[in-house]
Amino acid sequence: MELNVLWFILIGVLFAGFFILEGFDYGVGILLPFAGKNDTERRVILNTIGPFWDGNEVWLLTAGGAIFAAFPNWYATLFSGFYLAFFLILFGLIVRGVAIDFRSKLDNPTWRKTWDGLFFIGSLLPALLFGVAVSNFLTGVPIDANMEFVGNLFTLITPYTLLGGIVFVLVFAFHGSLFLSLKSGVEELNARVKGYSVKIGLAMLAVTVAWVICGALITGILNSVIAIVAVALAALCLIIAVALQWKGRSGLAFVASVVAILCVTVMVFAAMFPNVLISTLNPLWSLTIYNASSSPYTLKIMTIVAVTLVPIVLCYQAWSFWIFRKRVTKNDLHY
Amino acid sequence: MDVVLLSRLQFGLTTVYHFFFVPLTIGLTLMVAVMETIYAKNGNEDYKKMAKFWGKLLLINFAMGVVTGIVQEFQFGMNWSGYSRFVGDIFGAPLAIEALFAFFLESTFLGIWIFGWDKLKPMMHAACMWIVAVASSVSAFWILLANSFMQNPVGYAIRNGRAEMESFLALLTNDHLQYQYPHVITAAWATAGFFVLGISAINLLKGHDKAFFQKSMKVATVFALVGSLLVAGVGHAQGQHLGDEQPMKMAAAEALWETEDPAGLALAAVIDEETGENTFEIVLPKMLSFMMHNSFEGEVKGIHDLQAEMAAEHGEGNYIPPVTVCFWAFRVMVGAGGLMILFALAALVFNKTGKLARNRLVLKLLGLGIALPYLANSAGWILAEMGRQPWIVYGLQTVYDGVSASVSGTEVLISLVGFALIYTVLAVVDVYLLAKFGVKDVHELEVKEV
Repeated sequence: MELNVLWFILIGVLFAGFFILEGFDYGVGILLPFAGKNDTERRVILNTIGPFWDGNEVWLLTAGGAIFAAFPNWYATLFSGFYLAFFLILFGLIVRGVAIDFRSKLDNPTWRKTWDGLFFIGSLLPALLFGVAVSNFLTGVPIDANMEFVGNLFTLITPYTLLGGIVFVLVFAFHGSLFLSLKSGVEELNARVKGYSVKIGLAMLAVTVAWVICGALITGILNSVIAIVAVALAALCLIIAVALQWKGRSGLAFVASVVAILCVTVMVFAAMFPNVLISTLNPLWSLTIYNASSSPYTLKIMTIVAVTLVPIVLCYQAWSFWIFRKRVTKNDLHY
Repeated sequence: MDVVLLSRLQFGLTTVYHFFFVPLTIGLTLMVAVMETIYAKNGNEDYKKMAKFWGKLLLINFAMGVVTGIVQEFQFGMNWSGYSRFVGDIFGAPLAIEALFAFFLESTFLGIWIFGWDKLKPMMHAACMWIVAVASSVSAFWILLANSFMQNPVGYAIRNGRAEMESFLALLTNDHLQYQYPHVITAAWATAGFFVLGISAINLLKGHDKAFFQKSMKVATVFALVGSLLVAGVGHAQGQHLGDEQPMKMAAAEALWETEDPAGLALAAVIDEETGENTFEIVLPKMLSFMMHNSFEGEVKGIHDLQAEMAAEHGEGNYIPPVTVCFWAFRVMVGAGGLMILFALAALVFNKTGKLARNRLVLKLLGLGIALPYLANSAGWILAEMGRQPWIVYGLQTVYDGVSASVSGTEVLISLVGFALIYTVLAVVDVYLLAKFGVKDVHELEVKEV
């Protein structure tokens, strides 16, 4: 396979890993203020993702690094073009990372409330903005002949992209609620989460369908067979996941929502291919896996590195999930 | 406002701030790993307590390092897209490799370490911290490899309007990296040493658990002494190397305007960058030649001659970095480094004679000494990065060509103010938490706490 194509797929894989893993972290953060009725419950909620969230976030950093290494022009145009959006994402990720670490350090209700609030915002904001960003990948953005973005923050925010943001928030919140159902060992909490889960799931289905229909009308989703199959599968998996969760089968529901998020990522990448950033001004000005890429030599080096390391990473991350496979109970409050 | 200036301010702010946390993580993970290994080997509970106590401070510091590090991964593209396009073929690789090779290991195994005290056998648990320690040193390697390319580009060819990688091996064996990497790593050991020495000293002053903090100081003294001696030695060699590699940086660091043979070393100077001269200076004759060539003779090129050489090579322009900043940053770094060697020796001598816990003056000095490695680390980076101005990649691209074309001054101003605000708040919280958990009687340390 051509290395440019391989790297496009590999970056897709990294994003899928990021959305699947960090997706439930964001979801747990979004649910925190609603599901956790007292301090103990909130600590239990946070501890369900405690050992994992930092490792999960590295999927995003790796995806960013891989875009830089394999497609420098994509990296340059995307991050400078979406400047303020990425600043807000960074703001969210900064407060979120310290919040989970600092919140239990003091036994003061105001202190804990503040950090829990920041953890919520720091989970909601990136989830929303990644949805907006991904929707912009599908519609395209104004890029000139020099590969420079010529819009501003408000160019990126349209009804369709905002809808995408809401889809991401709800999908992650649902995904997080399934994870919580699996990992929390507090029964009152689980009963409450299940109630939220089904409601969020239904709202998610409605919004996602609307987003996909709009996408079919104004983006290139329908131009790719893979995208069509992926989006159909995604919808099916989401419906199954909601039904399974309603039946109380959280484990299978979680698997279904993992597959759904994977399929959404496949849809986005398949719809873009071979573009990495579509220009709305002139199709010839779009960034593609060819005009945005690194040299063949660099791609070769990076391929050797990635093919060696990614399986190893998967092994030890899986091992960490195995170590902490038990449910988190009220006795596991240390941090 | 000027986009280049604002972008440089933001990069400087976020990077120096990030580097407050990096060296302590690199050094302290190693120290905690050593402490926990001693516990795992001979079951001495004191060392378990130590690993937990210092591990807690490490975690607070680590969290700050992680969140400020995310910014680093993205701001090349955000603010320096011209640069990212120009060197992405080379510079992106080490960043991606760092994430794949090191970040995953660090974050996953630290997660296991934090929550795994009851789930893993002591040796396995200690091994997790060793993995974190090695991974953070490996992480520094890839970042410095990338930075070394900015300082001393190697292994590339200019093709398709950009620098393309010709040899990955050349990047790995970059001369600059061979000095810079040990300089940074040994500085990190010293940072951790002085951090633990200082916090222990404050606790001893307050009469907290004497045996515990004395024992901690013994381990820390090794780090402080070995680190501060090695960092100075490597630094000296690096300075001589930079004399050949980036003579302009060294000339600016010495505020040497005219070429001299033998050259004198200015201890202090009043620098007039407008007219390009020092209006007042205190000079040790011949010493600069000695520092650069190990001989009291030998030419050291001055800023004016180097400017003329660079203008001839790269075309008209101002190739003089901010001399005053470089000159004083160099003196702060070397001055703080010198004091660190003295402080570490004092800790060693007083520890050996068993008088350390009673000597309040030395304890107070060691408490203040926490600031020294932070001063030296920051000043060192300011010299390294300001000294290559106006270049973003030495001799290949200037900061003016590297800055993002599509980002406005207003946008950078918004993010700069945003970062400044949030980083200030976090600094207050960080120091507060370190003081709260660092300065306390260890008896209070609960078994359940990490």
